[in-house]
Amino acid sequence: MSFPDPTETFRQEARELLEQLELGLLDLEQNPANDDLINSTFRALHTIKGSGAMFGFTAVAAFVHEFETAFDQVRKGQSPATPALIGVALDAKDHIHKLIEEPDAPQTGGQAILEALRIVIAGGTGADIVLDEAPAPAASIAEAAPVATGEQRWRIRFRLPGDSLVYGTNPLLLLDEIRALGPCTVVALTDTIPSLDVIDPEVPYIGWQIDMVADDPREAIDDVFLFLKDGMELSVEPLAEEAAAPASEPVPEGAAAVQLPVAVAIKAAAEPAPRAKVAKVADKEPAPAASSSMRVDAERLDELMDRVGELVIAQARLTQIANMSQDGNLKTIAEELERLSSGLRDTTMGIRMVPIGTLFGRFRRLIHDLSRDLGKEIEFVTTGEDTELDKTMIERLADPLVHLIRNSVDHGLESADKRLAAGKEAKGTVRLSAVYAGAEVKISVTDDGAGLNAERIRAKAEENGIITPEQKLTEQELNHLIFAPGFSTAKEVTSLSGRGVGMDVVKRTIDGLRGSIDVTTKAGQGSTMTLRLPLTLAIIDGMLVRVGNGRYTIPLAAVEECVELPDGVEANARGRNFLDIRGSLVPFLRMREVFGTKAPIEPHQKVVIVSSGEGRVGLVVDQIIGNNQTVIKQLSKLHSGIKSFSGATILGDGTVALILDTAHLVAFGQTYVDQGRAA
Amino acid sequence: MSSAPKAPMKALTLRLQDELFAVEAGSVREILDLVPITEVPNAPEFVAGLINVRGRVVPLADLRVMFGMDRPEPNQDTRIVVMEIDIDGEPTIAGILADKVHDVTDIEAASIEDAPKVGMRWRPEFIKGIGKRNGGFIIIPNLGRIFETQGARSAHLAASEERSAS
Repeated sequence: MSFPDPTETFRQEARELLEQLELGLLDLEQNPANDDLINSTFRALHTIKGSGAMFGFTAVAAFVHEFETAFDQVRKGQSPATPALIGVALDAKDHIHKLIEEPDAPQTGGQAILEALRIVIAGGTGADIVLDEAPAPAASIAEAAPVATGEQRWRIRFRLPGDSLVYGTNPLLLLDEIRALGPCTVVALTDTIPSLDVIDPEVPYIGWQIDMVADDPREAIDDVFLFLKDGMELSVEPLAEEAAAPASEPVPEGAAAVQLPVAVAIKAAAEPAPRAKVAKVADKEPAPAASSSMRVDAERLDELMDRVGELVIAQARLTQIANMSQDGNLKTIAEELERLSSGLRDTTMGIRMVPIGTLFGRFRRLIHDLSRDLGKEIEFVTTGEDTELDKTMIERLADPLVHLIRNSVDHGLESADKRLAAGKEAKGTVRLSAVYAGAEVKISVTDDGAGLNAERIRAKAEENGIITPEQKLTEQELNHLIFAPGFSTAKEVTSLSGRGVGMDVVKRTIDGLRGSIDVTTKAGQGSTMTLRLPLTLAIIDGMLVRVGNGRYTIPLAAVEECVELPDGVEANARGRNFLDIRGSLVPFLRMREVFGTKAPIEPHQKVVIVSSGEGRVGLVVDQIIGNNQTVIKQLSKLHSGIKSFSGATILGDGTVALILDTAHLVAFGQTYVDQGRAA
Repeated sequence: MSSAPKAPMKALTLRLQDELFAVEAGSVREILDLVPITEVPNAPEFVAGLINVRGRVVPLADLRVMFGMDRPEPNQDTRIVVMEIDIDGEPTIAGILADKVHDVTDIEAASIEDAPKVGMRWRPEFIKGIGKRNGGFIIIPNLGRIFETQGARSAHLAASEERSAS
């Protein structure tokens, strides 16, 4: 087994921390006085610094250290978290990102950012700082922080957590680090060592007591134990003068005199410090309820999913055999296995599902930057963050959503004066929402801007040769022109959008995910772009139906109900392809016609009503066989052109069944509706 | 195909109707007895079926369609040759229906000739070459071209038309 590259691990971790840092900063902008946010931001910085130094990213560590020093002023409440400060801090975050991703590339600009940061913290705006400008007078503020009153005697006691040796902590190295802080005496506390017969060689029973002379070492000590804080006992206390002479220092009860050869220099403390107890670090900051987690390669998850898929197929075969047999024991175990494998399937799929909030979070920075660059005030509202989607899906959605949001902000929202003139609030709103809709997830980006300008779209499309002037288009078709390659209505090309690439890429990506995109717009009131995406799970619950001799699976999540096809409708085969389902007309498709089945028509045809988005369609089949767990297998290129099927699956008896693409069939059925209206 | 490799071709020979065909033995994964075939409605006749090969859904092709042959019902000699075939540059596992599978044999490179441009019942681009053995002919099909999807095929045709036009 090969070990992962530790630098890569650090990078990954740092990326996550930076993301956290960014979110923290953006939250802070909304909520500048929130101590928790300030602290979590600070913690993220601190961890990056610590692990950066550990993995040899010295430039990162040095820069973050400066950043942290400056930010400390905010933490101590000496400087407010102004928007200007957040702006500079975000720049600093980007700089750290660059340092981590391209450690070898020459990095400039770091000093300027730090300068700006210091000035902002000192109360300036920081906006006019450019590279190499003379250091501002306020630059020394970080150093001006109250300095400890000189050297003093301290007593440090610590016990390591029980599992620390297992994880590779070497207490001797920790002691060396502490010793580097100043002259000290180290005593081992052996009182908790159990008798030999119960000793566990992997547990650190020995505690340590260190008396040292130094400036306030608390922060430095914290750094030494940075990665061990949880679960360890640590106390750092200043020693009162009366307890001075180290020789007479009573060794704690039960402690053996394991004196390490340490240079002992004693200097009586100038003034007795109050016995301020720093207390156990572990209790100090209750970590935010972070559930323990581990990193797993996505590839391994895919492999696991494949295995579970095979198991589900094998289980389905067993169930089928058990149902044919008279053996009660076999039936019992088949049922048990069915329950287990269905649970395993759900769990495995759950592992791959990620709340879409992880994606939404990234866009807050985008909005922040867009707002600054375009000078538009924007309120960004997100809903449905806990809607879960397959991980790969979420990753591939990021770019299309960036385009859509940019588009909404850049083209959709008007400038503040125009908005005021139109009687709207100066501040524009962009909404990003996600919601489940049957077997799909609906993600929409809504703005309250000017809406799409149909005339301009038309003019532009004609100019670019996408349509001819004679062509008649419905409103929907017209709106969809914005997804045509080479289309852009922006009068000026901005750095953000308007180059005519982007929206067509969005469309392509969404098509590639077997999703669809929809535009609705109201002049003067804004527009909404809605993405519909399948949950794309590798395994779904399916309903098995028969048409002629063929068996097909319909995703159960899309099935609304099943009804019998009334005889009258059957007789009236031509023309009327609608069913009356509790008062609403639902178009239906005779699957035997769609599939060109030659087998003779059977009595008692069934209709499976499936829905996709708002649309519904009835699928007329010969028989409804039952429900089964369906492992989705992609069709090869040879069959990918057949739109009625989204994939195939293997049934319990080992034969292949095709999975119906309900979204496509519903769209197909809707054309009936449109024709019906036109007629 | 004048630059035929010098080394003999290691080939699996199979029969489609009255003709002997040879496919690259190296790309053959396995040979199966007939298994239940799932029909794919609205699919091209050439690849109208799907089969289950060890838990994989694999398209089943009938080369007889492409060579305009009769297609009698399968009998006890019918086999499915599971092969790896490049479809539009993507290696894909596919099954090929064979009326009978014979043996694995070496076909001397020197004995392989290009398909004649005229005087053939079949589309010349579907044939890579014609080999000789025991006084009979063996057809070496160009599976890459036969399996080309519609989109790739029209692109291909356009390109070759352009070439001939220039």
